[in-house]
Amino acid sequence: MNMTASHNEPPTKVTVRNLDFYYGASKALKSINLPLHVNKVTSFIGPSGCGKSTLLRVLNRMYDLYPGQRAEGEVLLDGQNILDPAVDLNALRSRVGMIFQKPTPFPMSIYENIAFGIRLYEKLSRADMDARVEEALRGAALWDEVKDKLHTSGLGLSGGQQQRLCIARSVAVQPEVILFDEPCSALDPISTAKVEELIEELSEQYCIAIVTHNMQQAVRVSDYTAFMYLGELIEYGDTDSVFTTPKEKRTLDYITGRFG
Amino acid sequence: MSDHIVKSYDRDLEALGRRIAEMGGVAEKMLAEAMEALSSFDVELARRVVSADTRLDVLQREIEEEAILTIARRQPLAVDLRECIAAIRISGDIERIGDLAKNIAKRTIKIASDARVPRAIVGLKSMHEIAATQLKDALDAYALRDVERARAVWENDADLDALEDSVFRDMLTFMMEDPRNISFCTHLLFCSKNLERIGDHTTNISETIVYLVTGEAMPMDRPKLRTSGFGAGEGEAAK
Repeated sequence: MNMTASHNEPPTKVTVRNLDFYYGASKALKSINLPLHVNKVTSFIGPSGCGKSTLLRVLNRMYDLYPGQRAEGEVLLDGQNILDPAVDLNALRSRVGMIFQKPTPFPMSIYENIAFGIRLYEKLSRADMDARVEEALRGAALWDEVKDKLHTSGLGLSGGQQQRLCIARSVAVQPEVILFDEPCSALDPISTAKVEELIEELSEQYCIAIVTHNMQQAVRVSDYTAFMYLGELIEYGDTDSVFTTPKEKRTLDYITGRFG
Repeated sequence: MSDHIVKSYDRDLEALGRRIAEMGGVAEKMLAEAMEALSSFDVELARRVVSADTRLDVLQREIEEEAILTIARRQPLAVDLRECIAAIRISGDIERIGDLAKNIAKRTIKIASDARVPRAIVGLKSMHEIAATQLKDALDAYALRDVERARAVWENDADLDALEDSVFRDMLTFMMEDPRNISFCTHLLFCSKNLERIGDHTTNISETIVYLVTGEAMPMDRPKLRTSGFGAGEGEAAK
């Protein structure tokens, strides 16, 4: 694999080391090595089935929900291996939040969508909870649009608003890493722009990884880009280099639409 | 480099390349005919060169529009994006080369009736030989995406600069010999400057080709042979 990231890199939040992943007998990730940096956005690109979503799902052990799936190797979050069976998954997932392709608000009020997650980890007074909900909604650039209807159903929001509600829900539990799995693929261009703007703002506070099929989106939002193909990490580097002068021909073919 | 999944994308980029090739052909012909007109004081030919320039202007505009449309339509990345940018840049340089050739033709029309020292044109012919070869090599390098040839063009521009120096000295001599030569030789001085500028634009083209193929810029400083302080364009050659 080609590592083109420049020196003077910011500190590393997550280190993926010799990671293999299996769906039953089939190997979906092959010896992945990759850093995720503090306050930076890293995008994972590659054709369908290349393993980019699988990699994302390893980072908060989402795969644990499914029998027959297993990871080997190490994923260090601040130096602690999160693949260790002793790791508390609830605590892990509050530190590593995830936003999915399709907005997944709970069938409850906007307010409760946020408060629900917080209550799992913290006991807050009514006033503190109100403040935290507002903070989260502001953090997801949704507050102004919903502040007068906090107690109506989250399902009544538009797709873009629902997605930002899910981001607010993640942000509410004060995570350290946020994973986005194609967060804009079901959104219109305006909602997409709002989410991208939000990702940029969130990167000032969090370490962010995003899987996207939209090359231009990867160029716009990310500082680093990882190109994956058939379960392998083909190229990793700063986004500007990967999209202007990639080192690997497979990367070039993919980003310029010459694949296959 | 072709073979995009979307075939019409290939066709867009190929169309850009073809138009650049056509512009290059027109500019080469204009330059050759402008120099031929100057050597033989052929006013008719010079007029034809002047009118040929319109075609270059039209082509340049078409290339710009096509490149911008391609960027809007395809959102090209990496080498494809550089294709579009290179087409815009190179068409601009070729258009300027056409203007400079046209200027030589216009001066020919002015001085043809008072041709005084035909031997003064010999140096210009040598400059033209180099400029024309350089232009041809640059256009070939573009067509073949040949970085080595483009680099050679870049290196060789210094020859043209050096020759301009010597033409400058010759002209001074002719003017000092007989003040009645001054008007004629001044026009020729501008012609030599034009040829030198054509070399600069050709060098720009070669730089663009290297950037197009490799994604890397050439050094800021261009090679120079000049040692005297005579050159009219001292320090101006490198953009």
